[in-house]
Amino acid sequence: MTAKPINNRAWFFVLPVLGFVLFSSIVPTMTVVNYSVQDTMGANNFFWNGDQWFRDLLNPTTAIGQRFNDALFRTLAFSLTCLVIEIPLGIAIALCAPRKGWAVGPSLVVVALPMLIPWNVVGTIWQIFTREDIGLYGAALNGLGLHYNVTQDAISAWTTIVVMDVWHWTPLVILLSYAGLRAIPDAYYQAARIDGASRWAVFLNIELPKLQKVLVIAVLLRFMQTFMIYTEPFVVTGGGPGSATTFLSIDLDKIALGQVDLGNAAAMSLVYYLITLTVCYVFFTIMTQLERRRDV
Amino acid sequence: MTSITLDHIAHSYMGKPKDDSGYQLKPLNHVWEHGLAYALLGPSGCGKTTLLNVISGLVIPSEGRLLFGERDVTRLPTEQRNIAQVFQFPVIYDTMTVAENLAFPLKNRRQPRLVIEKRVAEIADMLDLTADLNRRARGLTADAKQKISLGRGLVRSDVSAVLFDEPLTVIDPALKWELRSKLKRVHRALDLLMIYVTHDQIEALTFADKVVVMNDGRAVQIGTPAELFYQPEHTFVGYFIGSPGMNFLPAEVRGARAHVAGFEMALGATYADMPKGRNIQVGVRPEFVAGTRGAGLPAQVRRVSDLGRKRLAYVSLAGHPLVATLPHDMESVGETLNIAIDAANTHVYLDDVRVAGRAP
Repeated sequence: MTAKPINNRAWFFVLPVLGFVLFSSIVPTMTVVNYSVQDTMGANNFFWNGDQWFRDLLNPTTAIGQRFNDALFRTLAFSLTCLVIEIPLGIAIALCAPRKGWAVGPSLVVVALPMLIPWNVVGTIWQIFTREDIGLYGAALNGLGLHYNVTQDAISAWTTIVVMDVWHWTPLVILLSYAGLRAIPDAYYQAARIDGASRWAVFLNIELPKLQKVLVIAVLLRFMQTFMIYTEPFVVTGGGPGSATTFLSIDLDKIALGQVDLGNAAAMSLVYYLITLTVCYVFFTIMTQLERRRDV
Repeated sequence: MTSITLDHIAHSYMGKPKDDSGYQLKPLNHVWEHGLAYALLGPSGCGKTTLLNVISGLVIPSEGRLLFGERDVTRLPTEQRNIAQVFQFPVIYDTMTVAENLAFPLKNRRQPRLVIEKRVAEIADMLDLTADLNRRARGLTADAKQKISLGRGLVRSDVSAVLFDEPLTVIDPALKWELRSKLKRVHRALDLLMIYVTHDQIEALTFADKVVVMNDGRAVQIGTPAELFYQPEHTFVGYFIGSPGMNFLPAEVRGARAHVAGFEMALGATYADMPKGRNIQVGVRPEFVAGTRGAGLPAQVRRVSDLGRKRLAYVSLAGHPLVATLPHDMESVGETLNIAIDAANTHVYLDDVRVAGRAP
């Protein structure tokens, strides 16, 4: 009997990764944490401020608290609107997509095109597209007698941002759902025909349950991306008119870089980050628990 | 009481073929009688599943008519035919309980609730699923899932036929026997037409009243297990049924005698003159070729294999390989062995098809 040799040298192999993570995540995050508990009068003089920035931020009666609340509400409303439209629409289009033959390739490429366009280019395209004087979309709507003006009308600005996001990111839901649908063996559809199931029953009892896993991923990705949306509204509306489309990320940018209010911005970004993390964690846990319970 | 009639049914996946070789399913006439259990037996890719799908309507045949009783259903969609089909891999509806799974075909056909409950209870009882009725179907084992698939096939009382497409592939060998005998019992209890696709001859021969042997898109013989064994109508049936398969030797046939490799042997019947230049063979199963100490054809022994229950000698008769059975009392075998061929069970094949002789 010999004692098992103990050798921890394998840890050395982890060091490069640790070093990388240190500079890519830990140091920048800790810098923000550092700002969030200090105040400065400029000239690189910092002094301890405790949790005062957080207290102000989470207290809706203060100016910054009010501002944060409004932006948070706007962002949540935007995320929810996009999810409610994009998920069903994505599934519906995936169901209509061809399953075999020459049409599969071209149709998937056409569907995926919007996803391949960089964020700020998407913003620029839509900014021009929706102008009421020379934009095809804006001019057409105004020509129809509708009052449509992205820079002056809050409803116009909101619908534009939502439509833009639906156009840009529904393809992701389509592709994920399409992959999920293709993974269902033919025997399920054949059995359903033998069992006399209607189209709706097939969707409800075969397709939707089999799509559940990819839909969890789709919802998570779309929630994170819409909740953190920045570039497109920044380019198209700049957060306006007024503060109608000032989402959390845009507001954060205004506070941090516009007003150089580092304490408030740092506290806000940490809370913002924790909200995203919590929502994703809770959603994912609930979905996996539901799945597990169903097996019993 | 409905039987199913195949009237010149043929199928090709691309248009009308020029000759027979273009068909995935070659023209076939057959009546599947009500109340019988059939097995469709053949190697992979021989068209068994295509034939099954033609009957269930998942494939519309390119030629011929399909009749359920007197009704022409050739172009009727699957859901309007009274057909149940069980697939190779268990298909269950994940989100439903076992009971809901079983009730699904009835619910889709808008049966009253009481009828559904009664029928589900009956079928669950028959398949030993009663204890699991309220469990979610997806947590169950593969064989329980396949039982649910079977149950969904059997739950409708109006089905003309239940079709099985190699339903026991995913089941443990030990459970296979159990499920198969359960199927037999269900068949007797419900008095249905059952068609069972398999490539396993034991499965086919133990399950079915009649076996349809298929090869290369053609039904080469339809008969009882005994007919397939004693009177293979096609050399393929000889090869495929039995283990090892039938011996075939090129021969010249004159009257009731055959000349094989320079030897003369007796046949069980008298044959008319065979056309010249065609492929003529005599076929005899290893069970009817016996090693003997008495008179017989002298053969060279290549190897002997002991299967426990019987011993087989792989011999060569003037260069032609042959399998013979060794009697129990024949302990050791030398380099040559005299073999006796049972004339009554020797058949003559002309271009692979059995030729009927006149009784001597």
